[in-house]
Amino acid sequence: MAKQVHHGDQLKYSHKGDMAMAESILKKKMGLEKEIDDFLNQVSEAGLLCKNGLDAYLKGNLDAFSQTLTSIRNTEHRGDDLRRSIEQDLYKKTLIPESRGDVMELLEDMDALLDRFTGLIWQFEIERPDICECFHEDFKELLLYSVEAVEAVVRSCRSFFKDIHAVADHIHKVIFWEKESDKVTTRLQRTIFGRQDLRLSHKMHLRFFAKQVDRIADEAEDVADRLNIYVIKRML
Amino acid sequence: MFAIFLTSGLFLGWSLGANDAANVFGTAVGTRMISFKKAAIYCGIFVILGAVISGAGASKTLGELGAVNAIAGAFVVALAAAVTVYWLTVLGYPVSTTQAIVGAIMGWDLFSGALIDYGALEQIVLSWIISPILAAVFSALLYKLIAYGIKHARIHMFSLDALTRAGLLIAGIAGSYSLGANNISNVVGIFVPISPFADISFLGWFKLNAAQQLFLLGGVAIAVGTFTYGKKVMLTVGEGITEMSPVAAFVAVLANAVVLFLFASQDLQTFLLGHGLPAFPLVPVSSSQAIVGSVIGIGLIKGGRGIRWRMLGEITGAWVATPIVAILISFISLFILQNVFQQKTYIPVEYQVTAEAEQRIRAAGIRTDHLADLQKKTYPNASQFQKAVSERETLNDREMNVVMAATEIDRMMVTGQSVNQTNGSALKNDQKRALQKLWGKTFEHRWQIEKALAELSPEWRMKPGDREQNDKIRADLDYVYRLIRATE
Repeated sequence: MAKQVHHGDQLKYSHKGDMAMAESILKKKMGLEKEIDDFLNQVSEAGLLCKNGLDAYLKGNLDAFSQTLTSIRNTEHRGDDLRRSIEQDLYKKTLIPESRGDVMELLEDMDALLDRFTGLIWQFEIERPDICECFHEDFKELLLYSVEAVEAVVRSCRSFFKDIHAVADHIHKVIFWEKESDKVTTRLQRTIFGRQDLRLSHKMHLRFFAKQVDRIADEAEDVADRLNIYVIKRML
Repeated sequence: MFAIFLTSGLFLGWSLGANDAANVFGTAVGTRMISFKKAAIYCGIFVILGAVISGAGASKTLGELGAVNAIAGAFVVALAAAVTVYWLTVLGYPVSTTQAIVGAIMGWDLFSGALIDYGALEQIVLSWIISPILAAVFSALLYKLIAYGIKHARIHMFSLDALTRAGLLIAGIAGSYSLGANNISNVVGIFVPISPFADISFLGWFKLNAAQQLFLLGGVAIAVGTFTYGKKVMLTVGEGITEMSPVAAFVAVLANAVVLFLFASQDLQTFLLGHGLPAFPLVPVSSSQAIVGSVIGIGLIKGGRGIRWRMLGEITGAWVATPIVAILISFISLFILQNVFQQKTYIPVEYQVTAEAEQRIRAAGIRTDHLADLQKKTYPNASQFQKAVSERETLNDREMNVVMAATEIDRMMVTGQSVNQTNGSALKNDQKRALQKLWGKTFEHRWQIEKALAELSPEWRMKPGDREQNDKIRADLDYVYRLIRATE
């Protein structure tokens, strides 16, 4: 019972901490430009944290993995707070009327990518998949490509706000990393299902995780496609 | 009676506000960069300020309606113009209020037998063509230039948004101020000489003279027009012709302002010529037509696919309809007012070749041999007299103008009341003293009073080459003349 109370307090404090963080964000009254930059930093950071988390998990270093989980959760919260603050500002001040809808969608999409990274680490935490050592490098490589794809989307987003003519260069890279990610996923799945010594349930569990990682790159590509349309609309 | 007459002026102001505010804030509201409410508030405030501060100083204090010589006639002419603009505003078309007024005056000219100013008609038709073409060229060039600048400056989307918004607001405010300053005389200028208002002092801080109080009322009417009915025409300009980006919206108002400044500003021309620089030719430009041209220019530079040509056709139709409808409404209303309500809508202007007039014509180097048999006859109006002259002598336009001006009978006496009323006016002391000396004297022709004043004071004398000064004297003479008419 005492433990439960303690746990409840912890949650309360943690929630309070989040609230304080949210308030401090709002109090800072950052310029919208800085807020968007900061939001995109969170997306980028989530990718890097996810990579660290996977490394720690594969090495069996559960303490480091747990720390990464806390960090990525904070990053997600901060990203959510920033996105809400930006969206409120956009509406309240009726800014960029011609691109407001597109920018809102873009922010939602980027937030969804951030959530994907967090979700992936959470799934590792909950499901604890048994990844054979022979697949470690493939999983690392797969995540690296997804992270690179998201990085390229983040860069194209920054360009969308600052230098619209440079967006196309970054979008091209997103497509490249997504293709690489597809290749690794296919290879990994073939290898997994080619193994005779693994149970089907084990194979399906591993396939699920491979797909989860690959989906991040797929979604990054979808965001890039939509961004391409926003650019065309703005250029007209 | 003054209050009743004033209502048509205020209605005209209201219509002007409802229609012409679109010239300055239409693109900003259409692109949602500035809310209609905010635009209407800013427009209202600065229209009133422009009207009160700069309206009184405008050279054409009496406005276009100054041509109408009876107050009941002016009432109808203003009403006809207001109804025309109101009708086209309800339909959502941006039209020129000035062209509606000029049309309504032509209706009065037709009714009263005065000479129709075909030159003004020509200017209107030219304006339909010149204004949109000039504005389209300038907006296309400016758009290219600004788009190039933005591309290379790499401005953040939000900084660009803030800059564009500020630009639209400043351009809108400046446009509203000049809208008030330039149009207020058309709205209430004609009522200034018969205004019963006395000067009001606000705790000694500032004073509003009779004209300024009228201009304030007119300004408020314009502001109310913008606020209550301005949105429809604004949206036609801002989104009805083609869809625009906020930067394009700014370019459109900027191009409109540039075209008006370069091709319609007499001050700029005087300045450039005064400094030995080549000046832009002064051409008839209407702000309402120029803003439509600016929007088309941007549409064209983007390939022209987004332009709604049907809407453009309707707007052009509305431009053509404006003076025609105004002429018809004015003529019919004058007929009804004169014949049904027995109101004097014009003072008949007679023409006679008096001895003094003949002398003046001859002094101008025009042969009068064939006009001798006209001397004993008095003609009831300008058109009949002009016809009689044309039958006897072939004169060019300039010569005909001299003959008409010299023979126009305008008997008047300088009364004490008119002299006293000049005390609160902007006339120079020397000018006032010269007018005082004419107290009690009667004149047969208008030019005689001008000649008498010029002989009494150098401040009343036209100076060759000094266009600004001469315009000012002409406006002052017009004011004095109206004052004498109103106080007789």
